[in-house]
Amino acid sequence: MAAERRSWRRPTAFRRREFTWAAYLGLAAFFLWSAWGVGADPSRIASGLGRGLTLLGDFFPPEATPRQARRIADKMVESVAMAMVSTVTGIAISVPVAFMAAENLSPKPLYYLNRGFISLSRALNAIIVAILVVKAVGLGPLAGVITITFKTVGFFAKLLAEDLEDIDMGSVDAVRATGASPIQTLVYGVVPQIIPRFAGLSVYRWDINIRTSTIVGIVGAGGIGSVLLTAFNRYAYQYVTAILIAIIAVVLVAEGVSAVVRRRYQ
Amino acid sequence: MSGIDAARSWDRFDRRRRIGRFLGLLGAFVVFAASWRYLDTGITNVETVPREIRDLLTRMYPPDVAYAPEIVEPLIETVHIAALGTAGALVLAIPVALLAAENTTPNAATYWLGKLIVTVSRSVNTIVWALIFVVVFGSGPLAGAVAIAFRSVGFLGKLLGEEIEEIDFGQVEAVRAAGASSVQVLLYGILPQVKPALVGLSVYRWEINVRDSTILGFVGAGGIGVQLFRAVNAFAWQSVATILIVVLGVVLASEAISASARRMVR
Repeated sequence: MAAERRSWRRPTAFRRREFTWAAYLGLAAFFLWSAWGVGADPSRIASGLGRGLTLLGDFFPPEATPRQARRIADKMVESVAMAMVSTVTGIAISVPVAFMAAENLSPKPLYYLNRGFISLSRALNAIIVAILVVKAVGLGPLAGVITITFKTVGFFAKLLAEDLEDIDMGSVDAVRATGASPIQTLVYGVVPQIIPRFAGLSVYRWDINIRTSTIVGIVGAGGIGSVLLTAFNRYAYQYVTAILIAIIAVVLVAEGVSAVVRRRYQ
Repeated sequence: MSGIDAARSWDRFDRRRRIGRFLGLLGAFVVFAASWRYLDTGITNVETVPREIRDLLTRMYPPDVAYAPEIVEPLIETVHIAALGTAGALVLAIPVALLAAENTTPNAATYWLGKLIVTVSRSVNTIVWALIFVVVFGSGPLAGAVAIAFRSVGFLGKLLGEEIEEIDFGQVEAVRAAGASSVQVLLYGILPQVKPALVGLSVYRWEINVRDSTILGFVGAGGIGVQLFRAVNAFAWQSVATILIVVLGVVLASEAISASARRMVR
């Protein structure tokens, strides 16, 4: 008894220690099943890695002829322009959706409808959306703009709706008590409370949209992605590396700008 | 007079900040307009967009239920890819996080190496990693799992590194003072302090990976994307609808699992 009291064991997140082991065992078994399922046997990985190392040589050094460099710059501007446009359109659509998806401001049926839309937008990957949109409106940047707008609404409206649910209803009631119309209540009671977060979120989403706009081109929705896919299909791996470096540079600049702006605003 | 007026009227911002905000908004608007013009999508196209999308949606209804049994296997493969990719990422991310954390990295060079790995991994999208690993391993789910792992390393390494920077270093020194080797310091001084974050972050990343692994099929890296792409190319819209619904279900289920697991470790 005394010996038992002397030894200390870390508390566990599960109700009983046996469950912990069962959970670990279950996880291990699942991973083994997964490894078997995707055919990840060590010999294949080893041969792949060997081939990968030789291939790595093909990727370096990055190289682009002046014409290819111009093409990268051209399509990169298109990507960035797509991101700019769809951030604005996405946010414009997000605002009403967010108000309708805020539990404290919206009637129940409308709330569920808009929550459903947000879930749908968040669950579908940008590439899947882009494929469908390309089939609907054809190849080109318009498809990209629609795709990124759709994805922006899911993200932005969700976070904005959560902010709206957290607002201080006291100040809303106060504005309403002075005899303000519903519109005035919204403008003077609700909007001032969410503006700071709104600005930060917009810039953050712009940053994400730049990332997305560089890849939707892989399925034909405009931007640098199409150049990347063509380069891959032509086995022009040094060109691929040059494109990837361009993408990484643009993404980093966007991230830097977004971080600086958010720090100054909040 | 003006003194009294100034005292009476209240402004939220002084003049400099007001002008700054105005210029910021104006700049954003100019960039938006310029981008829209650059993309040259033409307003005539925009009018047909809702019609085309409605057309697509009517073709999707009703979803082809008979197709469902055919997608069970690729769906399981998708889940496997996400699980294996997350596990692989976790194994790779721990050393990267130790390098990228200011307090555990051996010297400045290793610190920047850690940052570089994190940046490259995060800036290159899953689907681009998949393109690369399809070249290395040949098409199939293994390439997809490795792509997911490489994409996740940056995310996990960055956030885990930030957690490591927050740890109580006194405990680490205590373990070291007891004569522990550097591996023991890691196991008993550092890892226990970040374990909750480790579990929470990996579950969260797994949830993202489930979403990401649905698209790998487009570049031949396995999973449900293969079927989806095939159905889209065959204009089998009712099958597409079935796949989208199933993907939505899996994503929502993984979100629920992730949320409950993260609640448990908190």
